Amino acid sequence: MSAIIKFHNVSKHFGSLKVIDEVDLEVRRGEVVVLVGPSGSGKSTLLRCINGLEMISGGDLIVDQLSVKGGNKVLREIRQEAGMVFQQFNLFPQMTALENIAFGQRQVRHVGRQEAKRHARELLDKVGLADKEAHYPHELSGGQQQRVAIARSLAIKPKVMLFDEPTSALDPELKQEVLNVMRTLADEHMTMVVVTHEMSFAKQVGTRLIFMEHGKIAVDGKPAEVIDSPPNDRMRDFLRHV
Amino acid sequence: MNVDWSIISGFLPHLMDGARVTLYITVMGLAGGMLIGAIVGLMRAYGGHVINGLAFVYVEVIRGTPIVVQVMFLYFALPVLASIRIDPMTTAILAIMINAGAYIAEIVRGAVLSISKGLTEAGLSIGLPRWKVIVYIVGPLAFRRLIPPLGNQCIVSLKDTSLFIVIGVSELTRTGQEIMAANFRAVEIWTAVAVFYLIMTGTLTMILRMIEKRMRIL
Repeated sequence: MSAIIKFHNVSKHFGSLKVIDEVDLEVRRGEVVVLVGPSGSGKSTLLRCINGLEMISGGDLIVDQLSVKGGNKVLREIRQEAGMVFQQFNLFPQMTALENIAFGQRQVRHVGRQEAKRHARELLDKVGLADKEAHYPHELSGGQQQRVAIARSLAIKPKVMLFDEPTSALDPELKQEVLNVMRTLADEHMTMVVVTHEMSFAKQVGTRLIFMEHGKIAVDGKPAEVIDSPPNDRMRDFLRHV
Repeated sequence: MNVDWSIISGFLPHLMDGARVTLYITVMGLAGGMLIGAIVGLMRAYGGHVINGLAFVYVEVIRGTPIVVQVMFLYFALPVLASIRIDPMTTAILAIMINAGAYIAEIVRGAVLSISKGLTEAGLSIGLPRWKVIVYIVGPLAFRRLIPPLGNQCIVSLKDTSLFIVIGVSELTRTGQEIMAANFRAVEIWTAVAVFYLIMTGTLTMILRMIEKRMRIL
């Protein structure tokens, strides 16, 4: 299958700190890539470079045939193809669950009000929250908010979904409802890049696991294989702690 | 000491005229001040080095000098410097605009920056251009947060109009002064003037409370 995300020798500095160090990586359509690694290893930054929330300092990064260096207009196109889900949900607090989902379609895809609402209801139903459409974010649990956030991203009809530690802010029992939604997406062959510490999710749903260290890809392999028999000490050590 | 409250009724129409001028300066000045404040505040929050720097200099100059000096400068120094003559009333409105604008800019900047960066990122990540993120997401949230300090600034500016006595604008304080000069009824006149100010600021407070009640702070 063809690559939808291509990192060519990508570097990212914050001042003198090198967070991403000459990374080459291709993500093919339909892959579920799980990014793991110790904090500060650059996994979140790598993810955020894909939709241009962080600008790369060197190399090139192509998303759906568009370079993230192509300027604001191209960046907006990339962002419409690469939805992102955040650790802190970041739902728009002044909008109901339904409005959160319908908003992007109306503003970005220029869908009509009724059509946007209809599609938003479909998505709410898909994430199991059909009865919560009139609720404001603060009236929802963390797990529910994160599912609305996933629906909000899906509403733009992206080709890739980026997840930045989507369950790290959730209680254990709420994590599952979010992971289940992500599992459904994977079953539908959505291309996904997921930064997470959920190793069982990585094993069951991931098609590929990447272990990052010091801004480099240290391990890249089949999740079950590399988790059960880590190819290096550093990763073995890391796995013992998650 | 003989205090005769009944004399106030005789001066009421005169004081009303003064209050009307005070209100006029306040409303016009604040309208301009809010416009300036919004623009400069956004320049401070979103501008690059140059734009941010320019806005910063404006805010610092205004915040760092007394409003009386600003008024004097506008009224007496500007004609010399640039041969621009402006009448007292225009000077008064301009002074409130420029002065309130600087403070409101800081209020706007604070409110905008208090909105979580994550919300901006969420907006950008669904493909919105930055101006839409500001107009539809950050703006409405920041607006709720700037109402309390903005109300405070409105009250401050309303009271600041009293110093236009120095350039001879017949606002409320000056009116009180004129009446006083004619009859020396200090207690009655200054009490009445104070009550007039209280009625105006009190009304402002009530309006603000109504707005705040209608809008949940998110």
